[in-house]
Amino acid sequence: MLKNRIIPCLDVKNGRVVKGINFVDLKDAGDPVEQAKIYSDGGADEICFLDITASNENRDTIYEVVDKTSKKCFVPLTVGGGVRSIDDINKLLNCGADKVSINTAAVQNSKVVEDSSRKFGSQCIVVAIDAKRKDDGWEIFTHGGRNPTGINALEFASKMEKCGAGELLVTSMDKDGTQSGYDIELMQKISSMVNIPVIASGGVGTLDHLVDGIKSGASAVLAASIFHYGTYSVNEAKQYLASKNIPVRI
Amino acid sequence: MDVTIVDYKSGNISSVINSFSEVAKNKVNIEVTSNLNKIKLSDKIVLPGQGSFKSCIESLNSINGLIDTLSEFVLNNKKPLLGICVGLQMFADIGYEEVETKGLGWISGKVSKIDNHKGKYKLPHIGWNQINIVKESKIFKDIENNSHMYFVHSYEFIPNDKSVTVATTDYSTNIVCAVEKENLFGTQFHPEKSDKIGLKIIDNFIKL
Repeated sequence: MLKNRIIPCLDVKNGRVVKGINFVDLKDAGDPVEQAKIYSDGGADEICFLDITASNENRDTIYEVVDKTSKKCFVPLTVGGGVRSIDDINKLLNCGADKVSINTAAVQNSKVVEDSSRKFGSQCIVVAIDAKRKDDGWEIFTHGGRNPTGINALEFASKMEKCGAGELLVTSMDKDGTQSGYDIELMQKISSMVNIPVIASGGVGTLDHLVDGIKSGASAVLAASIFHYGTYSVNEAKQYLASKNIPVRI
Repeated sequence: MDVTIVDYKSGNISSVINSFSEVAKNKVNIEVTSNLNKIKLSDKIVLPGQGSFKSCIESLNSINGLIDTLSEFVLNNKKPLLGICVGLQMFADIGYEEVETKGLGWISGKVSKIDNHKGKYKLPHIGWNQINIVKESKIFKDIENNSHMYFVHSYEFIPNDKSVTVATTDYSTNIVCAVEKENLFGTQFHPEKSDKIGLKIIDNFIKL
């Protein structure tokens, strides 16, 4: 039986781990390579790096982090943040990333998703959707949640599936950093609409939130703070999910 | 001993290189090349594969003499080869991803899209699934039945001769996830991404 995945995410800036609260207020703590190794030894099903390095001159730091991590961790590694072109994707994959997540570039030019999934295979193309509630639906944002687009999240999700995305990483901006749980309605709507796996993200504060995320139809749950600040270990999270009859790899 | 990972410019093989290097620990020489002479002289070959069946076959074909060299290695010289993911799928006679494409024909069979029961099952089949070992295989030495392996694929290999199947996994149907035929080995899952247990499979292959 296919197991539900738990994916700890590390926000990386200038080669160091930070965790954003509502995309601002960053705290610096830890070496990403060491952190990733702790997670994979602890049973993480995948590792996710989100590169939030702002300045172009420091952009290359992520390649070094990915290269070092992939020589120590033998579970899938997804890297996102600032991925603009086929060339960026190629570089990350060559450094040892297994999947690349694309956000702003996918919104600006869906051909990047089409071309990259054709060139590298859908399995390594994750489209990251940052969505915020607006009126009766959700609007997607780009540039790390800074720029509104006026685009409906559900329509965009469907379009990305058609363009060849292998997975969708759906983050609720309303919930991100609040530790009040995923936006369950958003996860349900997108999971039931697309036939590709959905990774739920944004808002985890307790282990029950992970349970709710899986029950919403997501194939995987992503969390940062609860693991990063040691509130729970990945193993504790898995044991808890198993106790709630959610199939996980233990 | 020389183990060659065939670099035929199709998809991302850095994880395969990293995992084999980790297991080899300088005791075994890991080559990454498409050089035909080096391939001929190596003791074992790893054939990775990412992207579509069609694009992988096209990439193999784009290197003059590569398919003949690989076939000679496997079929005449009977030296061990491990195919991973699409690397395994290409053993088949034919694949149906994108368009009908002729495979290497090393193990008779076809590669078809996984039946998702009208959308009931998501595709790609991504994540950790358990393998059901149905037959003893040298690459599964000290691997427990029902171990978890990392999968990511939408197509499956369906061999004509079921006796080549050494493990299956359950996802919508019973999917063949590992094969062994004499000197030919293949896994649909990614041992290079399956943590310590996956590295053990790589170790078993290197030690054959």
